[in-house]
Amino acid sequence: MTATHQPPKAGGQPAILAQGLSKRFGAAQALDGVDLELATGKVVALLGPNGAGKTTAVRILATLLAPDAGRARVAGFDVVKEAGAVRRLIGLSGQYAAVDAYLTGRENLRMIGRLYGLARHAARRRAEELLERLDLLGAAGRLVGTYSGGMRRRLDVAASLVAAPPVLFLDEPTTGLDPRGRIALWELLGELTAEGTSLLLTTQYMEEADRLADAIVVIDRGRVVAKGTADQLKARVGGDRLELHTLPGGDPSDLARALAGLGSGPPTVDAAAGRVVLPVDDGPALLAELATRLAAFDLRVADLALRRPTLDDVFLALTDHPGSGTTDYAQRNPSAEDGRRALASGSTP
Amino acid sequence: MSAIATTARPAAPASALVSVATITARNLRRLVRVPTLIAFATVQPVLFVLLFTYVFGGAIQSPGGSRYIDYLLPGLFVLAIGFGASQTGVAIADDLASGMIDRFRSLPMPSAAVLAGRVAADAVRNLFVVALMIAVASAIGFRFHAGPAAALAAVALAVTVGIAFSWLNLLLGLLVRNPESAGLAGLFPVIILVFTSSAMVPVATMPGWLQAFANVNPVTAFVDALRALCLGGPTAAPVLEALAWIGGLLLATVPAAIRRYRHATA
Repeated sequence: MTATHQPPKAGGQPAILAQGLSKRFGAAQALDGVDLELATGKVVALLGPNGAGKTTAVRILATLLAPDAGRARVAGFDVVKEAGAVRRLIGLSGQYAAVDAYLTGRENLRMIGRLYGLARHAARRRAEELLERLDLLGAAGRLVGTYSGGMRRRLDVAASLVAAPPVLFLDEPTTGLDPRGRIALWELLGELTAEGTSLLLTTQYMEEADRLADAIVVIDRGRVVAKGTADQLKARVGGDRLELHTLPGGDPSDLARALAGLGSGPPTVDAAAGRVVLPVDDGPALLAELATRLAAFDLRVADLALRRPTLDDVFLALTDHPGSGTTDYAQRNPSAEDGRRALASGSTP
Repeated sequence: MSAIATTARPAAPASALVSVATITARNLRRLVRVPTLIAFATVQPVLFVLLFTYVFGGAIQSPGGSRYIDYLLPGLFVLAIGFGASQTGVAIADDLASGMIDRFRSLPMPSAAVLAGRVAADAVRNLFVVALMIAVASAIGFRFHAGPAAALAAVALAVTVGIAFSWLNLLLGLLVRNPESAGLAGLFPVIILVFTSSAMVPVATMPGWLQAFANVNPVTAFVDALRALCLGGPTAAPVLEALAWIGGLLLATVPAAIRRYRHATA
């Protein structure tokens, strides 16, 4: 590494610019031509099911993995050819809390500070700042092995912030946090981005992407299937959602059958939750017809709601695979298989 | 309150020396905190000295009429250091599985620092292990016979053998990736090589085919050199042979381990 004594500057360039990233592991195509852009000071969320390629993308951008094809620049530096410069400008909190269980929280952060190049006293001061900010000061002197999952996760996020990196990668940062910890972390991330930090996060929590991200990139099977703001993505899915819950023990596929042809698309059935979701164009106008059908089929519901589409609906609609025609809960949720089969057999008496 | 994002941005990346020292400090802390590592560094070497001396000591006639403990201890150095080194493979595989290596690799430090810091901490441990074994052995009759300079050289050589073992186990740990397998992969060669060497018994007492193997066994080279430094006699040839083996092992393992580390990810 060259001994420049000025840290590389992040200004002027997009925080992340990736084109055509591809990566194959054996037979599995983890990434298949992913483009990604993040403007400085903004937040992009990578959204996708497990195995979609989110972590692979983060690893490539954080210089841990070389892509088979495509190029990526972080803060203007090539992640393969200028990995050293990139590493000085990034913080990474991976999918697992990567902190040493046999060091105290304080020792972990001081170690990371020293490895980033902070002088001893600066590393100490920074560790205290972050311990306080992440609400870990009380446990700072304890071995991390005694921490709860949420505390480890917060320490891991703190470790990624030690060098005040202008570009931050967080791979499912709130996994394992309780609701209070999650909200506290969201607030912290909000502060960081307000101060100019560029953030790429992956998440399975739609609410998180909705709340934090300026742009959302939906990934499925290594490809970008949609990108835009939360509102744009919701608009793409269109209309409202009519959501019905069966009485305990009821079969939601009966409800789905009763609703056939009523909405603007086919209903989705979540047997485990006893729920049917129907996309509709004009919800209020359908309510009378809905009541008639329920009476005709002699069906009763525990709960009925008309709502705007959530990011969950967006996610399910966009990661659906072409040709199958319906948004398919069962594909992602094995416990919904039974409901699907019941629906199939019910429709061919 | 100070802005969380803008304080403390480092002016320059950590130097190689600071990186290695920081990683060494981390591993030394672990050495005194992880129960398995404490046992490998304390209980096991003491047990080796006592068990081998009292169980085998009566049956084995050491050559040249020296006491068996005098003959045995150089061999036990290699046994204890070799067993301890298996934990190095376990630790690196563990760091890989836990994402620790991902974190280290995302930092702006020389990639060899994580491995070198590990080896340096191992060397400190081995110095302690050798000193502990000498203390226990001395209590039951062990004496150096070739003077203090040779005794110090013996300790230094034992630690140097340990450095080669550490690099070998780092490479094994990075190759097999699973902590349990890494432990076994590190132990099997040590068990086989130590017991088919001159470590416990004179090679001349073995069947001919085994003698042939024992004579080309690197552990025999290590033990013979250590023994010469402890017991006296010609030292140049055995020490050079041991150093040649160590050099060869380092050439074979250090570049391979560093290359492997550079591409390792959880």
